[in-house]
Amino acid sequence: MDAGLDKVDAIFEKETAIIDGVDISGPWNRMFKERVIWEYTPELIDKVADLPGGESFAWCYQCAKCIPVCPVDMVGNYGPRKLYRMAQTGTDLHKSEELWLCTTCANCLRVCKKVVDMVQIMPAVREQAVLDGNVPEELQKAFEDTAKFGNPLGQGQRKRAAWTKKSDVPVPIMKKHGQPVDVLWYVGSYPSYHPRGIDAALAAARIFNALGIDFGILGPEEKDDGDTQRLAGESGLFEMLAEHNIAMFNKYEWNTLVVTGPHELNAFKKEYPKLGFDRSALHYTQFLVQHLDQLKPMLKHEIKATVTFHDPCYLGRHHGEYDAPRELLRAIPGLELVEMGRCRENGYCCGGGGGGMWLDSFTQNHTTMRLSERRVLEAVAYGAEILAVCCPFEVSRFEDAAKSTGNDQLKVLDILELLDQSMRG
Amino acid sequence: MSNDIFVVTECLDGKVSDISYEMVGKAKELAAASGGQAVAVMLGSDMAEQAGTFASDATIYVDDPALAHFNPEAYGKVVEALAAARSPRLTMFGSTSMGMDMAAWLSVKAERPLIAYVNSLSAEGDELVATSQVYAGKMAAECVPEGESAIVTVLAGAFSVEAGQGGMAVEQIAAPVPLDGLKTRFVEMIMPAAGDIDITAQEKLVAVGRGIGSEDNVELAEELAEALDAAVAASRPITDAGWLPKTRQVGKSGLAVKPKLYLMLGISGAPEHLEGMKDSSLIIAINTDENAPIFDVAHYGTTEDLFDVAEAMLELLE
Amino acid sequence: MNIVVAIKHIPSLADELEVNDEGTNLDYDMVDFVLNEFDEQAIEQAVLVKEASGGAVTVVGVDVIEELDGVLHTALAKGADKAVKIVGDLEPGIDSHTHARWLADAIKEMDADIILTGVQAADDLDGQIGPMLAAHLDMPYLGVVTGVEVAHRVATLYKEYAGGMMGKYAVSLPLVVGVQAATKPPRYAPISKIRQIAKTAVIEEIEVDDDGPGAAVMLRKMSPPVSTGHANMLPGDAEAVAEKIIAIIKERGLL
Ligand SMILES: Cc1cc2nc3c(=O)[nH]c(=O)nc-3n(C[C@H](O)[C@H](O)[C@H](O)COP(=O)(O)OP(=O)(O)OC[C@H]3O[C@@H](n4cnc5c(N)ncnc54)[C@H](O)[C@@H]3O)c2cc1C
Ligand code: SF4
Ligand code: SF4
Repeated sequence: MDAGLDKVDAIFEKETAIIDGVDISGPWNRMFKERVIWEYTPELIDKVADLPGGESFAWCYQCAKCIPVCPVDMVGNYGPRKLYRMAQTGTDLHKSEELWLCTTCANCLRVCKKVVDMVQIMPAVREQAVLDGNVPEELQKAFEDTAKFGNPLGQGQRKRAAWTKKSDVPVPIMKKHGQPVDVLWYVGSYPSYHPRGIDAALAAARIFNALGIDFGILGPEEKDDGDTQRLAGESGLFEMLAEHNIAMFNKYEWNTLVVTGPHELNAFKKEYPKLGFDRSALHYTQFLVQHLDQLKPMLKHEIKATVTFHDPCYLGRHHGEYDAPRELLRAIPGLELVEMGRCRENGYCCGGGGGGMWLDSFTQNHTTMRLSERRVLEAVAYGAEILAVCCPFEVSRFEDAAKSTGNDQLKVLDILELLDQSMRG
Repeated sequence: MSNDIFVVTECLDGKVSDISYEMVGKAKELAAASGGQAVAVMLGSDMAEQAGTFASDATIYVDDPALAHFNPEAYGKVVEALAAARSPRLTMFGSTSMGMDMAAWLSVKAERPLIAYVNSLSAEGDELVATSQVYAGKMAAECVPEGESAIVTVLAGAFSVEAGQGGMAVEQIAAPVPLDGLKTRFVEMIMPAAGDIDITAQEKLVAVGRGIGSEDNVELAEELAEALDAAVAASRPITDAGWLPKTRQVGKSGLAVKPKLYLMLGISGAPEHLEGMKDSSLIIAINTDENAPIFDVAHYGTTEDLFDVAEAMLELLE
Repeated sequence: MNIVVAIKHIPSLADELEVNDEGTNLDYDMVDFVLNEFDEQAIEQAVLVKEASGGAVTVVGVDVIEELDGVLHTALAKGADKAVKIVGDLEPGIDSHTHARWLADAIKEMDADIILTGVQAADDLDGQIGPMLAAHLDMPYLGVVTGVEVAHRVATLYKEYAGGMMGKYAVSLPLVVGVQAATKPPRYAPISKIRQIAKTAVIEEIEVDDDGPGAAVMLRKMSPPVSTGHANMLPGDAEAVAEKIIAIIKERGLL
């Protein structure tokens, strides 16, 4: 599907057109092609809207505000309005490949006057698709790995704390620690297993230690939060993981729950409460910003670089946190923060949310470039030397995208890594 | 009980498989030490010629039309009868599509212990010691079979081919058991289809990454693969660029492969790539960056330029 | 048609395997157990055969560490009709011979027409259970199979050989099949469905006590292969390296 062509094709003009003696040849008679606005049935729209969570799909009045902000449309042909129209003209979203392209980034929701909410609609329809056995292979593998091993990377559960062996500072594991902690740090799957995620986890451990924070991790008792699997349609898997994690959270005494990733933040703040978890959580940027006065004097070494920051959808739009990461970055001496055009409320999506992380090849067949590549090009266009991130999905995605777009010079670093560098030189 | 060692050899499509020679070579060495004979056992129809290519101390060739193609039911019965009649101290099968169908069956039928996935065999006095590569090679288990007679299945490539090749007089016999009333019937052999290859089914892969530089250079990898009788696989940037079809992509969003040889030209070893190939039996990485993460996973590595190495290999192979 | 799938619950290779203090076996306290990956293929193939030719699928396994229920519930969610577990006062480390003997005894009562099992398992130190089942049950066996069709009490099987060759076989029922890969990749069982089944499913239990003959193999020593955690770097210039690489490939019998 070539988005560009499709759009141009929908316009036509007659070379010569004289109407009532008036010559309107060429661009003067430019028209949209006739569109099919009759002969549709509402059945396929109802099929979505009848699902719990799918209701708002039917509210769309086709104003198209959502299209220009949809990150998938920018590299393809997508967005709520288009999905509605497709359903109107015969596409069964339950069976369509379009079902898997939305990253639940919520940018459309931000602008939609009718509150058509893809963040609810997508998991509702996907859940049905999963029950019907229509799951893209790559995604199925991530589900299976999560079910079997407790993480989508397919690594052993017992190895979840293996990264701590590389740490030069102590990282207490609750089970062995045997005493209450002030901060329970939920590390997350990518920071526990992915080599670049581990780099961020090691940096976090050093920062926590430097700040004298009394913290602990669950280690092998921690499992993936499951929220992204839920958004990708596996609600049963989500519940199973949530029950496990909640039991672990309740097993120990702690005051504050701090997470490395925004998806986990979403899980623990918005979804786990529905299953009885009644405590809050903080993203690490929110937590560290509370310690900024103490942290600032430790940031001794300059990082002389032009840095831009990518707002994670699930920290920004989903949880309204835009400032904490920026304050941390600004605290680093020498660092010049530039904003990309698509930032804050209108931040572009890295493509990893809502299951996109596990649909790389699948999505590739529907887009002209990866969302992560699109984002990297934007960062480069704004003259960034470093792309700063604070979501564990993103380091691997952007680093790879920097390479694949031939921008190897662009460094992708977690804010944790930048802080750690500035502390240690 | 004799001190003989039986090697159940195999032919595929009329050609003796290397594993047969590998086992014969090892059997000879063991038999010489224990004062028995290494007996190659070949089953087939009109295959006396192939049966004469072993360096064994003796070769028994069972000729019967029912044995023309591998048939576990027929082959099992014949091997069982021979083993019962001549009581070898050890019966060796290949850990192959054929050997695996017979060995465990015989172990139960003849009540003899079996050790599978063996890559090392030796005699310690009267005892036979076998090392089994269990848990997909993640553990080596040193075992001693109880009793006087045992069975092993041997991994391909564990022993030398040359030591088992030679020419011996063949004792040709008719099937020692009736082979009628079989429930298993061989229908036909289906040859691999032409067209794009399935990299997951390949024994040897030459994998190219971004280090190959340009589309034109992919040809070099293809030549090398041809010389090695391997297929070409790739990291994602290569298939992304369309230099090779998507069906050749190894990794998280591509295919998972487990070849016996994975020769890598200019691939850094990103975790997403590793996910698809880390279980390959032999990984050789050519990458100019000595800090490339692939060297933590590869068995052998070099930081020489991939073009120099590939061309030198091509020359040597020609 | 009675389709039976015999499965094995085996140590997961996702974890680093550790050996016990005596160095004679795995430290089973330090491993998680998973369904043998080839058995997963066998379950899929069984359900495909049922869907194509009718019948009922029974899945049976030895409950080595009392954690087999999850595996059996998953099989039921994928389309199996009945689940059976062999229980007793069991310890991990049960060899294939014992597995096969118990499974065969259980299957004898099932009037099976076709028995599918994974072609091999990572812990098959003393051999694969498929051919052993066939020996106990006095049925023919065919392994390394990548496709099964059943019609008129004859199974058509596709057996994989080296070099992409494939042997086509016709075997009259009953028989035992060692599945390498199902015709289609295993389907996904949504966790909500598995959990639903877990609430209602009845798993039949068969008691065994360990007295019969086992593998008769003495395990003297178990050790992980020496790994340096880093590639063995080949010395010399490009020609020397090329020569060495070819030698290594030859050494492994791959050239
Ligand atoms: C969600 C997701 C899914 C992904 N899925 C996959 C996947 O399925 N498969 C996959 O492969 N990747 C995948 N990736 C991409 C992966 O992260 C890496 O970007 C990719 O594997 C890098 O490919 P490469 O090693 O060929 O390139 P690079 O990382 O650029 O490595 C090229 C290497 O070649 C070396 N080199 C250069 N010139 C020479 C020379 N002359 N001689 C010798 N060596 C040389 C360099 O030192 C370098 O190490 C995925 C990424 C994401 C985020
Ligand atoms: S903004 Fe809302 S109402 Fe307008 S087209 Fe998009 S989904 Fe429909
Ligand atoms: S949630 Fe994001 S990706 Fe999905 S339709 Fe809306 S804007 Fe597009």
